Amino acid sequence: MIRGLVHRLDERTASSPFLKKALRYVFPDHWSFLLGEVALYAFIVLVATGIYLTFFFVPSTNVVVYHGEYAPLQGQEMTEAYRSVLDISLRVKAGLLIRQTHHWAANVFVAAIVIHMIRIFFTGAFRKPRELTYLIGVLMLFLALLEGYVGYSLADDLLSGMGLAIGYSVALSLPFIGANLALLIWGAPFPGDPSFWPRMYIAHVLIFPVLIGTLLTAHLVLVASRHHTQFRERWTTERRVRGTPMFPGQAPRSLGLMAAVAALLFLLGGLVQINPIWLWGPYHVSDATNGAQPDWYLGWLIGALRLTPGFDVTIGDYTLVPNPFWGGVLFPLIVFFFLVSWPFLERRVTGDRAFHNLLDRPRDAPWRTAIGAAFVTWVFLVFLAGAADRASVFFGLSYTAQIWAFRVLIWVIPILVLFATKRACDELLRIERAETVRHAAEAET
Amino acid sequence: MSRARDWFVSAAVLVLGRGKKRPRGPERERIVPLEPPSPRAELAVVGLLFAAALFAVAFIVVYALDRLPHQTQLLGVALGLSLACLAAAFIVVAKRLVPEEQLEEDYTVAHPAASDEIAQLVDESSDRLTRKRLIVVAAGAAGSALGLAAITPALSLGPALDPSVLRRTPWEAGRRLVDQRGRPLRADDIEFKTFYTAFPERADREEMGAPLVVVRLDPAALALPQGRDGWAPAGILAYSKICTHAGCAVALFRTPLFPPAEPKPALVCPCHYSTFDPAAGGAVLFGPAGRPLPQLPLRIGYGGVLEAAGNFSGPVGPAWWGVRMGEAT
Repeated sequence: MIRGLVHRLDERTASSPFLKKALRYVFPDHWSFLLGEVALYAFIVLVATGIYLTFFFVPSTNVVVYHGEYAPLQGQEMTEAYRSVLDISLRVKAGLLIRQTHHWAANVFVAAIVIHMIRIFFTGAFRKPRELTYLIGVLMLFLALLEGYVGYSLADDLLSGMGLAIGYSVALSLPFIGANLALLIWGAPFPGDPSFWPRMYIAHVLIFPVLIGTLLTAHLVLVASRHHTQFRERWTTERRVRGTPMFPGQAPRSLGLMAAVAALLFLLGGLVQINPIWLWGPYHVSDATNGAQPDWYLGWLIGALRLTPGFDVTIGDYTLVPNPFWGGVLFPLIVFFFLVSWPFLERRVTGDRAFHNLLDRPRDAPWRTAIGAAFVTWVFLVFLAGAADRASVFFGLSYTAQIWAFRVLIWVIPILVLFATKRACDELLRIERAETVRHAAEAET
Repeated sequence: MSRARDWFVSAAVLVLGRGKKRPRGPERERIVPLEPPSPRAELAVVGLLFAAALFAVAFIVVYALDRLPHQTQLLGVALGLSLACLAAAFIVVAKRLVPEEQLEEDYTVAHPAASDEIAQLVDESSDRLTRKRLIVVAAGAAGSALGLAAITPALSLGPALDPSVLRRTPWEAGRRLVDQRGRPLRADDIEFKTFYTAFPERADREEMGAPLVVVRLDPAALALPQGRDGWAPAGILAYSKICTHAGCAVALFRTPLFPPAEPKPALVCPCHYSTFDPAAGGAVLFGPAGRPLPQLPLRIGYGGVLEAAGNFSGPVGPAWWGVRMGEAT
């Protein structure tokens, strides 16, 4: 039966030579090579659950009065957008499961991308000939952050409105063009023109997903055309890739991982509450709540906004650069500039222009590992500072004292980490070399 | 009874009986190595797949039942466990039932000859052109002008060329303050140690220029900037409720219960904890805000109702390039 099917397919599509090659495509074996796949499968769950949500969501800021199932909000004025998300959560059967799974999938998606990127960085997998694959990955991370932000803004609950007000202020703070740009995006001064909601919606359900999907395809094509990297072992070389073939070996593993990721996301979506928007209530410009936290992947930005000391750049009475620029624009710009420029910077400094199919262990490139560790620590500390208000509630630490401590520590600790990591890498290499010498000596005697 | 036994026996045969391999015709060289069967692993896969089917059916049943308590949780557990069983089945297949193979393949390398040929092809194709540089310049002009033309309609998205709309507020001398329900706010009703949200009467509340935070402090403790004499009748102060840092509502009021030992009253934004001093004209005490909270001059009108005596002391809400202090329209 299979034989007939394959023959008929080949006669119509002439695909057998390609298919044969694809089925025997070689995957080197290492658990860390699966991190990118986790992101891919989370994206698939996002698209599937997202399509379901579009059947119920209404991207409109028309004001309606709520008469739904949730008693505490009875008779309240709210937008149609918020009411439709309340209905998805409380009236549509299985709606809450799908909505929560979608939200969890977004959190896991970005987490998987970040961990995948950390693996790529510390093993030197971004080196020639894979710089382009890496850059596309960084671009996808940026789009994923934006997509997630727009996604939870659409619900129009109190938290999403506060998030949008901050986003608007950050856009407004851009030098020269801030006011013009914010007015273009929002269509009118905050909270914006009625057309702003459909704009966000089309960005969230069409523009960004299509961009991410396209880049994802390019990313995978590039991975396949250059083949996967592999760790240095006795049986690996720079010239030949060794591992399990796509079929029959790799396929069940990969499908198993896909089912496992989906299982985890639906279990989380069913059992672990996330963003219960009916508790937050509808957004009004005049409302805000204490203890507000964004989704985890924007924690670094709220941390940076909160840590910045209070100053605008002014000339006389005129404001030039408003404060949100530092934490909301400059800080992420520096982070992404670092990520984008690192492969070229490293090549410049080391003068290394060779092809690299074998991965480094972190210790093999002490400076890269040290700088990377310091950089991750820096961003992570800023992220932690974003949760200082929660630490203040849970541990009773003074908020002001914490902020002052963070303002110092985000600079001091990364420097310590830099030198400690460099030292650790050097020591590991030294011990290894001594071992090799000892083994050689033993073999001789 | 015997019917049940027949069913049981056939099911057992189906699950436990092993099919005979049909001969494949003439012997050929194998592609995939031959390894011995593993009946226990096969049985595990069958069990896991049936379990996946069972949980999937459970999902449908839970969905069909109306008004089940914890329906979301049960739906999630049913679907999650079904997928988990599927994942486990795949993993058993990968670990125990698929032949172990390690293949090797060459890494692809660069193709310098083909690349050279492409460069030559492009180069030779333009041999008929005598003024290459001029053509490049002209093409560049066409490309950039067309590009600009293509994005020009984007200007219709908003009043991008006129940022002065950002300064607009609904406040003017004589406009009364009302509370959330639209009732006029009377000076006598404003108490110490709490704060009120107020809106302009008969105006849009959903714009940044509208909401106020109103507090009452001891008139003796006020240290307002120069030129604000009489802005706070009976110690009642009104400030824009929109934080000058990032546009959130200033929704927290810190007030000392024991003034000698605790910090003075302050208005705080819960987004990034910008802290403003209501006694000193909204000056920044802590946090990232770069400008004071704009103050609205108040007066007590007919019937003791609070009303605005003018517009704000400065532009409301987050700042932008070129915005000037003391300028709200």
